[in-house]
Amino acid sequence: MRQMQVRLKTPITEEQIRKLNIGDIVYLDGIIYTGRDEVHIHALEKAEHGEKPPVDFNRSVLYHCGPIMKKVGEEWVMVAGGPTTSSRMNSLEPNFIEKFRPAAIIGKGGMSQPTIDAMAKFGTVYLAITGGAAVLAAKGVKKVHGVHWFEFGMPEAIWVLEADNFGPLTVGIDSHGKSMFVNVDTIVKGNIEKVRKKLKLV
Amino acid sequence: MISEKLVKDVTVELLRKTVTRMTDDVVNELKNAMKNETEEVPRMQLKAILDNLELAEKTTTPLCQDTGVTIFYVNLPRCLNVDVENGIIEGVRTATKEVPLRPNAVHPLTRKNPGDNVGRKMPYVNFKIWDKDYIEITVMTKGAGSENMSQLAMLTPSQGVKGVKEFILNVVLKAGSNPCPPTILGVGIGGSSDIATKLAKEALLRPIDKPNEDVEIASMEKELKDALNDLGIGVMGLGGKTTVLGVNIEYAFCHTASLPVAVNVQCWAARRGTAQIFPDGKVKYPTHER
Repeated sequence: MRQMQVRLKTPITEEQIRKLNIGDIVYLDGIIYTGRDEVHIHALEKAEHGEKPPVDFNRSVLYHCGPIMKKVGEEWVMVAGGPTTSSRMNSLEPNFIEKFRPAAIIGKGGMSQPTIDAMAKFGTVYLAITGGAAVLAAKGVKKVHGVHWFEFGMPEAIWVLEADNFGPLTVGIDSHGKSMFVNVDTIVKGNIEKVRKKLKLV
Repeated sequence: MISEKLVKDVTVELLRKTVTRMTDDVVNELKNAMKNETEEVPRMQLKAILDNLELAEKTTTPLCQDTGVTIFYVNLPRCLNVDVENGIIEGVRTATKEVPLRPNAVHPLTRKNPGDNVGRKMPYVNFKIWDKDYIEITVMTKGAGSENMSQLAMLTPSQGVKGVKEFILNVVLKAGSNPCPPTILGVGIGGSSDIATKLAKEALLRPIDKPNEDVEIASMEKELKDALNDLGIGVMGLGGKTTVLGVNIEYAFCHTASLPVAVNVQCWAARRGTAQIFPDGKVKYPTHER
């Protein structure tokens, strides 16, 4: 399939998401929210008690990121903001997607099968961004609009970011059950015997 | 004159240099990887990595937002009447605000974050006394994404070299796309459970273009690097020819009944720095001379 390059603005419709396939390149504009371990735990806890988290993730974007922020005057500025390892959220993400319906999740390293299934069911994609490339990522954030749950610490808070041509992001998991990470995994499994031979293990 | 205040100031400067600019050995290996990769996907990832390094250096900004927990290795001259540890602690506190570093250090159970990277036994300082007349301070600011993939195995002596290699292969397979590959593997063989783990991390203090002095260990390092790059995990786990940038092995004699092996997985953003403080108060940063 030919690779597509698109620029999307949040909120993103399900129709727009369904058009994306693994390997496509995406650039984002509009409001996106950071959230990692603590945000998942507490947002889901709130949902269980019939309460809402302080932001609406519906058709918006969740970014697995714990940034370095700096206060300049009254405003927060993102200094460095690359992704965190998404697999830590594997056990919570399917439930998070079902409850809060984000259009996309940005992270690194990919996510496990239950999340791939939830993404197919609810029209969500996983967008991979280069881990560690934190200054480059911060360049795509035009403004920090605010912060919630700062009491969890700077990395674990919800940061409200305005993205401006944020990317390039690679569609790592699409909403049709396909994952680049699963594909690479299959290739790796096929290479193991060759590697074991090279290491004189067989 | 060496003073606590000087140690503090040097710690701030050392952290600033370390988190904003990587050492040449790793950068060169990343550039080699770019030459070696032919496919679009890994090339795009490597381009982001190299562009980011340039941007971070130019703007003196932490190249990765995960500036780690601060673990120091310090060599001290004999008979030094200065509280070096306190100088380092205060340096970390100041660097967190000024560089800035991300406040990462939390209580392990309550997860409470004091916000200044200082808490019980953190920063963690490893001291050694040496016969030189200057202080040498080395720091590694290592992200948790790769640290979380590190492992220890207590093998039986009969598992031997094969068992060691098999274990290292399994660590890389299990880590997969998670630790921000291409990785550097620090391997500690022998000692005891605690010593192997410590050696694994200390192995990462050695530049990756400098093989182990022991020729047999050096050839094992090369063999592992070549073979593991055939796995195809690739940059960021998206496939390609570059899975590991280097394998550094350190070893210690161990009990005749044991064969401990530890692997410390290091992401591509391998940030380490060294400062030297001389008796007259002069300071050098041998890892960051440029």
